[in-house]
Amino acid sequence: MNPQLNSSAPAADGGSGGSVVLAWLVVGLPLAWGVSQTFLKALALFK
Amino acid sequence: MADNSSSVLDRSRTVAGPGYNRWLVPPAALAIHLAIGQAYAFSVFNKPLGALISGDTAKPAPDDWTPLQIGITFSIAIVLLGLSAAIFGKWLERVGPRKAMLASSLCFGGGFLIGSLGVHLHSLALLYFGYGFVGGIGLGIGYISPVSTLIKWFPDRKGVATGMAIMGFGGGAMIGSPLANNLMTHFKASAPLGVAPTFIVMGIIYLIFMQFGVWTIRVPADDWKPAGYVPSTEHNDLITTANVSADNAIKTPQFWMLWVVLLCNVTAGIGVLETASPLIQETFSDAAMGAGKGVTAAAAAGFVGLLSLFNLLGRFFWSSASDKLGRKVAYGIYFGLGILLYALIPTLGHNLQLTLFVAVACVIISMYGGGFATAPAYLSDLFGKYQVGAIHGRLLTAWSTAGVLGPLIVHYLSDSRKAEGFSGAAAYQTVFYTMAGLLVVGFMANLLVKAVNEQYYEKGPVTIAAGAH
Repeated sequence: MNPQLNSSAPAADGGSGGSVVLAWLVVGLPLAWGVSQTFLKALALFK
Repeated sequence: MADNSSSVLDRSRTVAGPGYNRWLVPPAALAIHLAIGQAYAFSVFNKPLGALISGDTAKPAPDDWTPLQIGITFSIAIVLLGLSAAIFGKWLERVGPRKAMLASSLCFGGGFLIGSLGVHLHSLALLYFGYGFVGGIGLGIGYISPVSTLIKWFPDRKGVATGMAIMGFGGGAMIGSPLANNLMTHFKASAPLGVAPTFIVMGIIYLIFMQFGVWTIRVPADDWKPAGYVPSTEHNDLITTANVSADNAIKTPQFWMLWVVLLCNVTAGIGVLETASPLIQETFSDAAMGAGKGVTAAAAAGFVGLLSLFNLLGRFFWSSASDKLGRKVAYGIYFGLGILLYALIPTLGHNLQLTLFVAVACVIISMYGGGFATAPAYLSDLFGKYQVGAIHGRLLTAWSTAGVLGPLIVHYLSDSRKAEGFSGAAAYQTVFYTMAGLLVVGFMANLLVKAVNEQYYEKGPVTIAAGAH
């Protein structure tokens, strides 16, 4: 029987809050850059 | 594909240990989807690829590739996306997401590298084989690779989880397009229009970036469930606790109803995406709006960018909303509201109501994205989570079909109207009315979705290993 995992429980194998934040930054920063570039381009529509 | 090795790539080695935080899984999935979503930005290469010999995008040489020849590269990739998702779905369920993600990264990154050789040698066949065929296989495997894993980690929020991942596919184009432009500018002096080195660098960047997903992804233990999660005891015909295999799923009318639903949703969305730039420029031209007040090419590009943003936001918003609304109701909204909005577009264009026109197009495209993102959760509700990734893979053949048929229908209809002398919104009127008609078909197909007959259920408990046969 595997233990019931708690998604908010302290991490035992790299799942700490810090790891989660870091992981989201790895994908969030490029996405934010792409969205900002697209948003700047979209502004031309409102000029 | 055989899976006889015992390595860190195996499913058994990716089962999460105690305390693993499930919120690490969506970023892993996003790393894959943000990368492969670049495919939607392939058009950024259209002009440079069409002027590799002349070196001037305004004056292609006779031996330069034509727009049609270049466009086929993207079509091959989209067709391979659907085919590989359908073919490798069961393999993915057996070997787990890590091995599949690695295969995807090698194919997608490798496709760029082979494609760069095709660009360097000016070999169209090599470009088709690299970016289209090999890269397309990477797209298909990558697209479905995190889906069933996310559904298993988030049984309480299936729409939110898959919406986050599939949102990445929409976001990938937003990264891929400016990245390619910047790289081509940087390498302009070292190769014709900088295309070949840009392909090499992008292939390497994506290969590395996707490794984050490969090595972060984990699958939950078979008996894992979120803390405090109690499956709803409220009876709902459209949410099963049973499991249907991928082979049995395609024997059910429900699968084919959803296939039609996705086909109609994607084809109609292509109607907007394919026509967005010329439609807004021709409808709101200087001639119609007054000198200096028409929509310029730059503003039209801004409109396309705005649609990309709403495509991305819609994937997350609508898919998340479907957790509360129910999948059938969500698709009912996409199609019901969509029919009205598609039919409204020509009228808004005719009346020169630019702001409303833009707003309506944004809502339409958000629901197009929502239709993509809600599909895995709908499949999971109907067929269980046993082989939902493989079933999703087979459903994506509808996307491939729409990806080829959609542009053909759109261009045929608009070109015919223009040949009859119509211009502006009137030239695209039949496109939008036809798309509204397609949405009626999708609406009906969604209405016909009922609970799957018990004869298709797997008998007894299922395990991942059982999916190996």
